[in-house]
Amino acid sequence: MTSILTYTFKNLPNTSKWALRFSVRPLSCSSQLRAAPAAQTKSKKTLAKPNIRNIVVVDGVRIPFLQSGTSYKDLMPHDLARAALSGLLHRTSVPKDVVDYIIFGTVIQEVKTSNVAREAALGAGFSDRTPAHTVTMACISANQAMTTGIGLIASGQCDVVVAGGVELMSDVPIRHSRKMRKMMLELNKAKTLGQRLSLISKFRLNFLSPELPAVAEFSTSETMGHSADRLAAAFAVSRLDQDEYALRSHSLAKKAQDEGLLSDVVPFKVPGKDTVTKDNGIRPSSLEQMAKLRPAFIKPYGTVTAANSSFLVTTDGASAMLIMAEEKALAMGYKPKAYLRDFVYVSQDPKDQLLLGPTYATPKVLEKAGLTMSDIDAFEFHEAFSGQILANFKAMDSDWFAQNYMGRKTKVGSPPLEKFNNWGGSLSLGHPFGATGCRLVMAAANRLRKEGGQYGLVAACAAGGQGHAMIVEAYPK
Amino acid sequence: MVASRAIGSLSRATASRMLRCPGYICHNFSGSSALQTRTHINYGVNGDVAVVRINSPNSKVNTLNKELQSEFVEVMNEIWTSDQIRSAVLISSKPGCFIAGADIGMLASCKTPEEATQVSQEGQRMFEKLEKSTKPIVAAISGTCLGGGLELAISCQYRIATKDRKTVLGTPEVLLGILPGAGGTQRLPKMVGVPAAFDMMLTGRNIRADRAKKMGLVDQLVEPLGPGLKPPEERTIEYLEEVAVTFAKGLSDKKISIKRDKGLVEKLMSYAMSIPFVRQQIYKKVEEKVRKQTKGLYPAPLKIIDVVKTGIEQGNDAGYLSESKKFGELAMTKESKALMGLYHGQVLCKKNKFGAPQKEVKHLAILGAGLMGAGIAQVSVDKGLKTILKDATLAGLGRGQQQVFKGLNDKVKKKALTSFERDSIFSNLTGQLDYQGFEKADMVIEAVFEDLSLKHRVLKEVEALIPDHCVFASNTSALPIREIAAVSKRPEKVIGMHYFSPVDKMQLLEIITTEKTSKDTTASAVAVGLKQGKVIIVVKDGPGFYTTRCLAPMMSEVLRILQEGVEPKKLDSLTTNFGFPVGAATLVDEVGVDVAKHVAEDLGKAFGERFGGGSLELLKQMVSRGFLGRKSGKGFYIYQEGVKNKNVNSDMDSILASLKVPPKSDVSSDEDIQYRLLTRFVNEAVLCLQEGILATPAEGDIGAVFGLGFPPCLGGPFRFVDLHGAQKIVDRLRKYEAAYGKQFTPCQLLIDHANSPDRKFCQ
Repeated sequence: MTSILTYTFKNLPNTSKWALRFSVRPLSCSSQLRAAPAAQTKSKKTLAKPNIRNIVVVDGVRIPFLQSGTSYKDLMPHDLARAALSGLLHRTSVPKDVVDYIIFGTVIQEVKTSNVAREAALGAGFSDRTPAHTVTMACISANQAMTTGIGLIASGQCDVVVAGGVELMSDVPIRHSRKMRKMMLELNKAKTLGQRLSLISKFRLNFLSPELPAVAEFSTSETMGHSADRLAAAFAVSRLDQDEYALRSHSLAKKAQDEGLLSDVVPFKVPGKDTVTKDNGIRPSSLEQMAKLRPAFIKPYGTVTAANSSFLVTTDGASAMLIMAEEKALAMGYKPKAYLRDFVYVSQDPKDQLLLGPTYATPKVLEKAGLTMSDIDAFEFHEAFSGQILANFKAMDSDWFAQNYMGRKTKVGSPPLEKFNNWGGSLSLGHPFGATGCRLVMAAANRLRKEGGQYGLVAACAAGGQGHAMIVEAYPK
Repeated sequence: MVASRAIGSLSRATASRMLRCPGYICHNFSGSSALQTRTHINYGVNGDVAVVRINSPNSKVNTLNKELQSEFVEVMNEIWTSDQIRSAVLISSKPGCFIAGADIGMLASCKTPEEATQVSQEGQRMFEKLEKSTKPIVAAISGTCLGGGLELAISCQYRIATKDRKTVLGTPEVLLGILPGAGGTQRLPKMVGVPAAFDMMLTGRNIRADRAKKMGLVDQLVEPLGPGLKPPEERTIEYLEEVAVTFAKGLSDKKISIKRDKGLVEKLMSYAMSIPFVRQQIYKKVEEKVRKQTKGLYPAPLKIIDVVKTGIEQGNDAGYLSESKKFGELAMTKESKALMGLYHGQVLCKKNKFGAPQKEVKHLAILGAGLMGAGIAQVSVDKGLKTILKDATLAGLGRGQQQVFKGLNDKVKKKALTSFERDSIFSNLTGQLDYQGFEKADMVIEAVFEDLSLKHRVLKEVEALIPDHCVFASNTSALPIREIAAVSKRPEKVIGMHYFSPVDKMQLLEIITTEKTSKDTTASAVAVGLKQGKVIIVVKDGPGFYTTRCLAPMMSEVLRILQEGVEPKKLDSLTTNFGFPVGAATLVDEVGVDVAKHVAEDLGKAFGERFGGGSLELLKQMVSRGFLGRKSGKGFYIYQEGVKNKNVNSDMDSILASLKVPPKSDVSSDEDIQYRLLTRFVNEAVLCLQEGILATPAEGDIGAVFGLGFPPCLGGPFRFVDLHGAQKIVDRLRKYEAAYGKQFTPCQLLIDHANSPDRKFCQ
C-alpha cells in the first residue's frame, strides 16, 4: 500500500506542476496567482517574484559538529553525510523516492568518495534512481549546494532537492610526493624486470616525504589565518575586540545549546561509540585566559589566535536540508520553515580582500531583494575569524571603502549586534568547511520562527576571495 | 635586428648590473636652509616613545643631506635630554622610501679628499651617537633603505621592515665607486658576518626584507596590508609604526632583548671567524676574486676589503679612521666621477621628456616571435600590457611563446614570482598567426628580419588594419627608419625602437625619430619603453643611428688588428682588461659574423672611408666557410655545448694568414691597440653629437655603456673625453691618423674641446 501511496505522491505533483505551467503561463496575472499562498500576515512585502517559483526549506538538520579527532575520527566523510541524510529523513518523513536530486558540498575530498553525495545517498537508502552530485566552493560549498538546488527547482527541472554538506577533518588525504607517484605509475607500465629495476634504482629517500592538503591559498600561498591577521590590522581591529567577539560567540552558543535552541542538531549514534548529541567545540573561556594565547600566524605581534579563529580547531560534521517548490511542499502537506529568496555570489582580490565576501555580498543581495539593512531581523554570518567579522563590520560601515573599493556611493552599514549570530557561530559551534552553509540558513530560519522576524540574511566568505549572501524569508505561520 | 641581439649581449655582464640601484640620490636644495622650522623631520610622542618622522619636502624620496642631518641631530638631542621619552622610533612618512641614501651633491661639492673625509666623519659621529644611545631606537623601514639610509638603520638598536617588494636594503656605494662611509664598513660585518657583509658591500646588491630578516639585518618583519579604512600604503606605514612603537616600549621595558637567536650555521660561522687564520683566508679569497673581476680598473672594492680588514684586525678606532680616509680618497677618483655621472645619466634617461602621450598604450602587438620579438613581449606582459605576439609560422610562434614562458619561469625559480603570478602574467600574451585583434592595438612593434622589403610589406599589411592612433615601431639595429617609413600612409606615426638582446636583461632602448615622427608618437614610444623598465635614449635617424654607428668603426679596427696578426685571445684580453665586458673577437662571434658583415657593408657604403680599416674580405670568407660565430658553433672560437673553455678555431689561421697585413710597429703596442679601438669609438660618438644624431652627451654615455658595454669605469665616451682630456685623445688620433689615414681624423667638435680645455661635455 505504501508503494501505491508514494506512487501517487510522485505523480501528483508532476501533473499539477505541468498543469500549473500550462495554465499559468498565458495569464498575465500569474504572479498574483503564484504569490497567493505566500500572502503575509505582516504588512511587509514579500519577496515573491513574478514567474519564478517560490522555493521553500521544509526543514534542515545537522549532526553535532565535533572537533576533529574526537568521536567521528574513525569514520569516513560519507558516513557523516549519511547520518545527516538519515536525520533529515527522520525529521521530515519525506518519502525517499520523492527526492528528485541530491547535492552535497565538500571541500577537502576523500579521493575514494569524490562524489560523496552519491555514496552517502546510496548508503542512506535513497533510491538508486535519484542522481546526486557534489559541489565545492570552499567554505560556501553547502551554500553552493543549496543554490544549485534552487536553480534546479526554479527552472522547473526538479521539485524536491536535498542539499547538504560534509567535512571530515579527522582524516585528510595525504599523498605520496609527485616524484613517488610518478615512479609508481611508471612501475605499473614497466613490462620487464629490467625496466622495473632501473626504475627502482632511481628511487631516492626524499620521494617518501608526503604531500599534505594545502592549507594555503593556491594563488597567493598565504594561509587564511595570516590573511585574517593582515585584514584585522588593515581595519585596525584590536586583539581585545577580537577576543571579546570570540567570547560572545561562545557564550551565545552555550546559551542556545543550554536552552535547546539548536533544534537543527540530530543525534548520531556513532558505530562502536556513544550517541553524539551535542556540538563539542563550545567553550566559553575568560578574556584573561584568551589574552594569554600567543598569536598563531603573524608572530610575535599578530592578533589572530587559536581562541579567536574557527580554523585552528578543525571540525567534523555534516548537514542536510530538504528544499522544495512551494506548491509541492504544500501539496505534500508540509508546513515549510522558510523561503529561500535572492542570493548572490561575489568574488574579489584573494590576497588583500580574501575574507571580505560578506561586505561585498550584503549590499548586493539587499538591493536585489529591494530590502535595506533595517528590514533584516536575523543576521547569520559565517565566523571565520573574530577579526574577519569585525573587519567586515568596519568595511560595511565605511563610506570610504564603499566608494573606493566597491564602486558604491554609500556604505551599507554594519549589522546591529543584537540581531547578529545570536545563537553562536562558526567560532563556537565549529566550522566543518563543506557543511557550514546549511547550518547558517537553518539558524536564520529557526531564529526567525523563534524570534518572530520576517527576513534573515545569511552571508559568508570563502577561500579564493569569494563570498555569498542569501535572503531567507520566514514562512508565514 | 639580429645585430642588436648580439651587440646587446656585450654589456650583459657588468655594465647593466653595476648601475641598477640608486643608492645615493642627488638632491640640491636651494637657500631654504635659512628657515629655522624643521622641514625634513618632525616628531611626536606616543606615551614614552618618540616617533621621529622623516619626510623631505618636494621629493619622492628622503635623502641624507646636510639639512636633514642637522635637523636629525637636533631632534635626537631633544629626545635624549627629555625625561618623558624612554625610547624612539624612526620612520619615513613616504610610502616606498625610508631613506634612499646620502646626498651625492655633498660629495660633488668637495674639492679635496680631506673635505670628503670630513663628510664621512660627520656621518660617523652622528651614527656613533645613535649606536651608543641608552634609549633604544627602533628603525621602522618601509621602502628603499640604501646607502646612508642603511648605515643609519644599522646604527639603531632594532630594525623592523615591511615585507614588500619595495622594501630593499643595500649598500650600493661600490656602484658609485665609493664605500659606505658612515660606519657601514664597520657595523655591517659585525651584524651579518664578514662574508655576507663583503657580499653586500662589494656587489651593492639590493636585499629584500625577508632575506634581510634571515641574514639578521632586520629583527622583525611587518606584513604589508590591504585596503582597510584608508589606502593600503598609508595604513601599512601606520601599522608599521604601531608595531615599532610596541617593540620600542618592549625594549625600554627590557621585555624584549636586542640579542638575536643565532642558528647553528651562524654560530659555526662566527666561531670560524674568530680564528685569525680563517679570516686571513677569507680576505685573501675575496681579494683574489675582486681582482679577477675588476681587473684592477675599479679601486673601490679593494679599498672596502681593506677597510673591513682594518676594523676587524685593529679595532674600531682604526677601522673608522681608515673608512673615512679611504672614503675621501675614493670620492676624488676618476672612476667614482665616471660612475656617478652614469648614475645621473641613468636617472635622466628614466624620464619622459616628451610628456605624457595622448593615449596610453594598453594593447601592444609584436610582429615576429624571434629572440627580439619574444623578448619585447616578455618585458611587456609582466608590466601588464596586453600583448599580441604574431609570427608567420606555428613553429616560430611556439619558440617565441616558450621563450617568454621560460623567462617568467626562471623568475619563479629565483622566487621573484610565484607560479600563480607567472600564469596570470602569461595570460596577457596572445600568440597568433593572423592579424586578429590588431584593430585594437595602440602600438605595433615589428621585429621581423632585417630586410627592408619585408619590413615594407608588414608595414603596409598592418596599416590596413590598425586604428588611426596606433604607433608603428620598427625594431631594427641599422635600417634607417625614414626608409622604412617611406611606404607608410602616416609617417608621423612611424618610429624606431632599437632593443638590445637579451631584451629582458639589457636595460637600454634606443628610440629613433625621423623628421616626420610626431612628438606624441615619440612620447608614446618612450612611455612604453619606460613601462618596460628601460633606460631610454632618443636619437635622430641616420645609418646605424647612434649605437650601431659607434660600434662599426671599432669593429672595423678589430678586423684590422686581427689581420695584423694579433691572436683573438690576445685581443680579447686586451679589450677586457680595458674594461669592456666582452672581448672584441668574442663580440664578433656573439653578434654573428654574417650580421657584422651586413652592417659593415651598409654603414661602409653610407660613411665611406671613415668606416674602413680591416678588410671586409675577412668576414666574407668566414661567412662562406660557415663560421658565423656562436650560433653556428664556429667563429673565431669553437663553441660546444657543455664545454666551458672555448678554444680558438684553428681553421681561421689560413683565412687570417691569407689576409695578413704587416703591423705598424709604432702604433701596435698593447696600449696603442686598446686606444685604437677606443678612440675610434669615441670619435664617432662625438661626431654623432656634432651631427645632431645625439641630443645630449649624457644620452651618448648611457647608450654606450648600457647598450654596447663601453667600460663603465670610464663613464661613457663623453665623460671619458672630459676626464681624460680632449687634447690627449686628439693627440692619439693624430698619431694613428698618421699611420692609417682618415679613419682616425678627429672630428671638429673633439678638436674644439681640445682647443678650449675648459669646455666639458658633462657638467
